[in-house]
Amino acid sequence: MSKTVSIRKGLDIRLEGEAAKNISSLPLSPTICISPLDFHGLNPKLVVKEGDAVKAGDAIFFDKANESVMYCTTASGIVKAIVRGEKRRILQVLIETGAEQVYRQSDPINVASASADEVKAKMLANGLWSLVKQRPLDVVADPNQNPKAIFVTAFDSSPLAPDFNFVLEGREKDLQAGLLALTKLTSGKVHFNINPNQSSALSGVSGVEINKFSGKHPAGNVGTQIHHIDPVNKGEFVWTLNAIDVAIIGHFFNTGKFDLTRTIALTGSEVSNPQYYKVLPGTSMETIVNGKVKGNHVRYISGNVLTGDKKALNEYLGYYHNQVTVIPEGDQYKFFLTTGWLGLGFDKFSNSRLFPTFLMPKSKKFVLDTNTNGEERAFVVTGELDRVFPFDILPMQLVKAAITNDIDGMENLGIYEVAPEDFALCEYVCTTKIDIQDKIRQGLDVIAKECM
Amino acid sequence: MKFLENILHKMEPNFVKGGKYEKWNPLFETIATFAFTPKLVTTKGAHIRDGVDLKRTMMTVIIAMIPCLLFGIYNTGHWEMVASTGDRNLAYFADFADKFMNGLIIVLPLIVVSYGVGLGVEFLFGMLRGHSLHEGFLVSGMLIPLTMPADVPLWMVGVATAFAVVIGKEIFGGTGMNVVNIALTARAFLFFAYPTSMSGDKVWLAGTETDGVSGATALGDLATFMSDKPVFENLNGFTNEYSAWEAFTGMIPGSVGETSTLACLIGAGILLITGVGSLRIMASFFAGGLAMGLILNAAGGNAYFDLPAYFHLILGGFAFGAVFMATDPVTAAQTATGKIIYGFLGGFLAILIRVLNPAYPEGVMLAILFMNISAPLIDYYVIQGNINRRLKRTKTA
Repeated sequence: MSKTVSIRKGLDIRLEGEAAKNISSLPLSPTICISPLDFHGLNPKLVVKEGDAVKAGDAIFFDKANESVMYCTTASGIVKAIVRGEKRRILQVLIETGAEQVYRQSDPINVASASADEVKAKMLANGLWSLVKQRPLDVVADPNQNPKAIFVTAFDSSPLAPDFNFVLEGREKDLQAGLLALTKLTSGKVHFNINPNQSSALSGVSGVEINKFSGKHPAGNVGTQIHHIDPVNKGEFVWTLNAIDVAIIGHFFNTGKFDLTRTIALTGSEVSNPQYYKVLPGTSMETIVNGKVKGNHVRYISGNVLTGDKKALNEYLGYYHNQVTVIPEGDQYKFFLTTGWLGLGFDKFSNSRLFPTFLMPKSKKFVLDTNTNGEERAFVVTGELDRVFPFDILPMQLVKAAITNDIDGMENLGIYEVAPEDFALCEYVCTTKIDIQDKIRQGLDVIAKECM
Repeated sequence: MKFLENILHKMEPNFVKGGKYEKWNPLFETIATFAFTPKLVTTKGAHIRDGVDLKRTMMTVIIAMIPCLLFGIYNTGHWEMVASTGDRNLAYFADFADKFMNGLIIVLPLIVVSYGVGLGVEFLFGMLRGHSLHEGFLVSGMLIPLTMPADVPLWMVGVATAFAVVIGKEIFGGTGMNVVNIALTARAFLFFAYPTSMSGDKVWLAGTETDGVSGATALGDLATFMSDKPVFENLNGFTNEYSAWEAFTGMIPGSVGETSTLACLIGAGILLITGVGSLRIMASFFAGGLAMGLILNAAGGNAYFDLPAYFHLILGGFAFGAVFMATDPVTAAQTATGKIIYGFLGGFLAILIRVLNPAYPEGVMLAILFMNISAPLIDYYVIQGNINRRLKRTKTA
């Protein structure tokens, strides 16, 4: 039965620099990067070497733990370099792109008549499995599991997030084919979670359970949605995707092409004309932001401000990201009475009511920088995390269990249900300035090692 | 401010690792981070962070205590004048400047000693541990003088503060790690180590040596109902001496900052509007006190039992404890449900101790200390409830 859920605990961080609804294309990035680091916990085994010519959709490496899961290049060209770090860990595979994209062409498949094994095998061999993630652990799904349900989020509620209605305009067929493919992968339900004001194109899909989520961020986080529909218990698995990735999967089945081209939103207060661009994952940041940034001391983020990755200009767009955000760096001293901790703070956005900004109208947008606005401290204030955490889970207690490596505590308090991104708002509001998402990830790593 | 910033920049190399005054780094850091929010930027996780930090949170609590402090200074000055003139019926609203100055002469040294000793000890531990001053004591340092009788010797305040900071907090790891409230630890230390300086009828009015003026507090007088020799013949005698209005506004003798329920409520307003204080704790603390008062009324049989329940809430340190002490987030229960249980039991016990144990005219301090120690137990059961809900889900699924 489909559900309607209103999320009351949470926070919409109102930032300047929302993307205007028009799309431009960008030149193909001269170099495309496929990085194993985009897939947490992956131990890659390379199948290409430097100098090889590859087509878009050719496998680059596979997962040593699950040899059937292939990771493919999003662009065609020559393998220019394999960048390794300490202990010869593979950090990046760089592909020098040619003038034109050449795709590895396979035959389109009619999903409706295909068998479950066929769908799964195609997705595994053609790099599409990388788009399916699992809970617990929030890593690429283990194809040998039988998930009790698959959750697809059809909107993103994070700050300055791309509008899925706009991005998926005209891709209804792909989306429908992708959802149909997912229904073959589970004996349970496929939940398609939309926002009440979403376009009929998205809400009109069939063959899946449609649930409505309204309210504040993190309403659009798939973790929130799972918790309110069919929470994960110990020993159970669910798989998660977002609607854009589902459309990419559907596109493959409809056309036989591994085309990962994404419509990303270039956002943030330091972008002169925030709007949408069509790019490939792994495109260099230089290609994306070149000439479009007004500030000169800024931070480039692949993803949104809460969960994204910090990138230098010579680094690359993350594999999963549909957004690039540019905000000012905050590495200046702030005198305590003017702009510092005891100032009036008309420019400080806060979930607490310690700044007058809580009285300002909802239309007021803020320019926030990367300053932590204080030093790290022990947990003193209680109850502030609960206000932005719409789970029946005690966030501070779970974070403490993760920090202290308390495995029993983490299991009991609900670590199997959560991903680091679910704690992004907690991390934002926390007075302690502790990197909570990192602590949760470390906790999940311990669980992965000891309990899975 | 560029000027100040430059000075700090110039001095910084001396205080970093390997510098000339490396050992004094915590002191330098404390001053530098007080004057300027540091230029730290996010490295992992969320790239932006809330404007709130512990310094601002603590400063808000201090601001919330200012009404209590100002009223306390005036009230102390008034009763000092009562003691020196020997006229208990001295007009309250007269000689404002004199009373305020007299009060200031008594209260200011208490504040200076409390902050001086406390911050000194904190710095010492900070230097041993190599971290700058954490903000917890900024609030404790103000709470301690406000909970002291006006006549307490300054050296006692110093000893109590040092005891509270070292034994109450630093041995557990510092700010955020303590089990019981620091200011109450200081007060409890003096209460049991030097009882004659902390209770009775000699300490509340500064300089009470004059014959003919009773220096007892309202609660001290009330407690005598439980003995063979009550001060008043019946409850009417008490309410003639202390009207509800006087008790509410705080025009009665008592510890420096605790007497005025009105000032405490203004502070409570500041804490609640800013969200620093917990409404759950404050409201349930008052509810607990009222409930116990009503139970005593129902039991009856003694003038003290018959004291109207609301009267308990405006006497002594009840309001001050509810607003500033019980709500200390480190020592209170940390779960939402736990806070309600914690507050209710705190208020309930405070009145129970106050009325039924004549040896302790005031029960708020002991009740809150007891609840501080019980808070982890309350939280344990609330957390266990959450865990059981999750386990049940597995079983029914």
